[in-house]
Amino acid sequence: MTKTPRTLYQKIWDAHVVDTRDDGTCLIYIDRHIVHEVTSPQAFESLRAAGRPVRRPDLTIAVPDHNLPTTPRRDAAGNRVPIADPQSAQQLEMLEKNAPEFGIRYIGDADPEQGIVHVIGPEQGFSLPGATIVCGDSHTACNGGLGALAFGIGTSEVEHVLATQTLLLKQSKTFEVRVEGKLGAGVSPKDVILHVIGVIGTAGGTGYVIEYTGNVFREMSVEGRLTVCNMSIEGGARAGLVAPDETTFAYVKGRPYAPVGEDWDKAVAWWKSLATDEGATYDKSVFIRAEDIQPTVTWGTSPEDTSAIGGVVPAPEDFDDASKRDAVRHSLDYMGLTPGTKLTDVEVQNVFIGSCTNSRIEDIRAAAEVLKGRKKADNVKWAIVVPGSGLVKAQAEAEGLDKIIIEAGLEWREPGCSACLAMNPDKVPAGERCASTSNRNFTGRQGPGSRTHLMSPAMAAAAAVTGKLTDVRELAG
Amino acid sequence: MEPINHVAGRAIPFGRKNVDTDVIIPAHWLKTITREGLGKGAFEAVRTEPGNVFTDPEYAGAPILIAGDNFGCGSSREHAAWALLDMGVTCVIAPSFSDIFSGNAFKNGILTVALPQEAIDRLMEVAKTDTIDVDLTTQSVTTPFQDRFTFDIDPFRKHCLENGLDEVGLTMAQGETISAYEARAKSNLPFLARTPATVD
Ligand code: SF4
Repeated sequence: MTKTPRTLYQKIWDAHVVDTRDDGTCLIYIDRHIVHEVTSPQAFESLRAAGRPVRRPDLTIAVPDHNLPTTPRRDAAGNRVPIADPQSAQQLEMLEKNAPEFGIRYIGDADPEQGIVHVIGPEQGFSLPGATIVCGDSHTACNGGLGALAFGIGTSEVEHVLATQTLLLKQSKTFEVRVEGKLGAGVSPKDVILHVIGVIGTAGGTGYVIEYTGNVFREMSVEGRLTVCNMSIEGGARAGLVAPDETTFAYVKGRPYAPVGEDWDKAVAWWKSLATDEGATYDKSVFIRAEDIQPTVTWGTSPEDTSAIGGVVPAPEDFDDASKRDAVRHSLDYMGLTPGTKLTDVEVQNVFIGSCTNSRIEDIRAAAEVLKGRKKADNVKWAIVVPGSGLVKAQAEAEGLDKIIIEAGLEWREPGCSACLAMNPDKVPAGERCASTSNRNFTGRQGPGSRTHLMSPAMAAAAAVTGKLTDVRELAG
Repeated sequence: MEPINHVAGRAIPFGRKNVDTDVIIPAHWLKTITREGLGKGAFEAVRTEPGNVFTDPEYAGAPILIAGDNFGCGSSREHAAWALLDMGVTCVIAPSFSDIFSGNAFKNGILTVALPQEAIDRLMEVAKTDTIDVDLTTQSVTTPFQDRFTFDIDPFRKHCLENGLDEVGLTMAQGETISAYEARAKSNLPFLARTPATVD
């Protein structure tokens, strides 16, 4: 009997089916669940009210990240520095109380392993290739860089997973995004995904799970793949995947939660079998030439509003679709930009290097390389570098990157989500611009009235140095 | 979850079309840690409008809300359903609902009833002075004036609402199937089935 060729997504899906209902909905087993302080309190409250335990606390970890200030969390005497916003403080307290009550490992706000949910999952080896991974935050898709099926869920689903370790799901369609060729100098994984979203649009992946294929992703580091998969959600997809390979195995091996011994060998054998079979078909495919990708920035309030840094602010008339023209008009008005302006003439007052998209060690290194021996421009009032976890922070400090960053006039902060969504005190003032390595440039995302330009860590560092959107390749030259 | 068979009482004649979840519960209420207390934030902006139905003592504690087309559009926040429950609403009647909202409402034991606009217009009239009666068993909405409107509902949802079954409870009832999967995974995918925190 010949087996029907299957895609990576289908193989992971098939391995996790607990039960299939008449209407095709499946009960899918969840291997790893990461819980944070914002979307979990009501889920725990319901469990408590119904007297229900957490089914697999050993497959669950909890960590705060969204609300935490990025200023020191303990004073010299080791006491907690109080969080000013009472609601943020309360969400933190609830998680601190709920996790141990339900037998879940809690990584505390000042523990060295603390960090952004999607950064610590891979870092701890908690997120694994071929696993189903969920968290109450849409950028859980990030973990797909390991070849895991990972996606964000709502509070009711958080409760469902806590109680049953399963979710009721309908299978998604598959979308192949193939990028082949040679990336130019100064073109990073962030530029690749911004370019991809520019091509497919923010609704391009709606109803699909994306698989990123082609030599560009094969040759990319795991950290780069995490950056790419992170923004699958901005391309409309619930999840994105890169097939696990030797690069992945080398990354996972030896991490605290990674399998060991015989389990490790079994794992590698299975992971190797997950790659999409020859002859398997995707529901849709797009092909992109690596040579067409330039260092990329966004100019509008949708992640699909991208342009190569050498371009100009577009005019609404440049777009065919009437509703898009309208949206562009609103965007430009909100962003305070005039069509035809060279992007490299756009001044920024703030720089944010961080978020689950770009706060891993390679990102900090890329930023530090640009900042080395340079100084922040005077018109840049606020520039912060926020590592994705305590371990990233320690690694960067061991490499002396913190000194380079501080000498350049930027601030070096404690790990957390920070100005990515401004739930904590790190906000971009109304009407001001921010060169940001985060994933969303929505209206008000970085604070009411804030104007966000998305880009790579190197590009954000370059903007900090010149005070304008800048082509990092020219700075280097 | 409370079983629902019958919802009877005053109905809030709101009637507005395209009410998004931001109107039902504004974003600044999302930092809460419980499902309770959100009723105070429900329709916050509408409550400031002169003569609005939400501050009218006539409808205080009414279990039914009547709205216009496309109720619950916009952000997927589940807080919208929690806010309605907290203000005492267990049934919403409208010509149509956003999918995400009706899903969230169902998960939280709120009955959503879709009826044609003519029926809505009539119920809006009645609601001003009299009570309305929604019966899930017979799938009908009646008034003291012999009006009778029938509605459709997915049989699975009906079964869950009538028996107060939530999705979590339903899946928990499949505990043995889940355990069987876990036993298989333990031998097939041991590296996923356990972590260093697993105690056998
Ligand atoms: S860094 Fe931003 S996108 Fe990532 S988890 Fe935090 S808030 Fe969500």
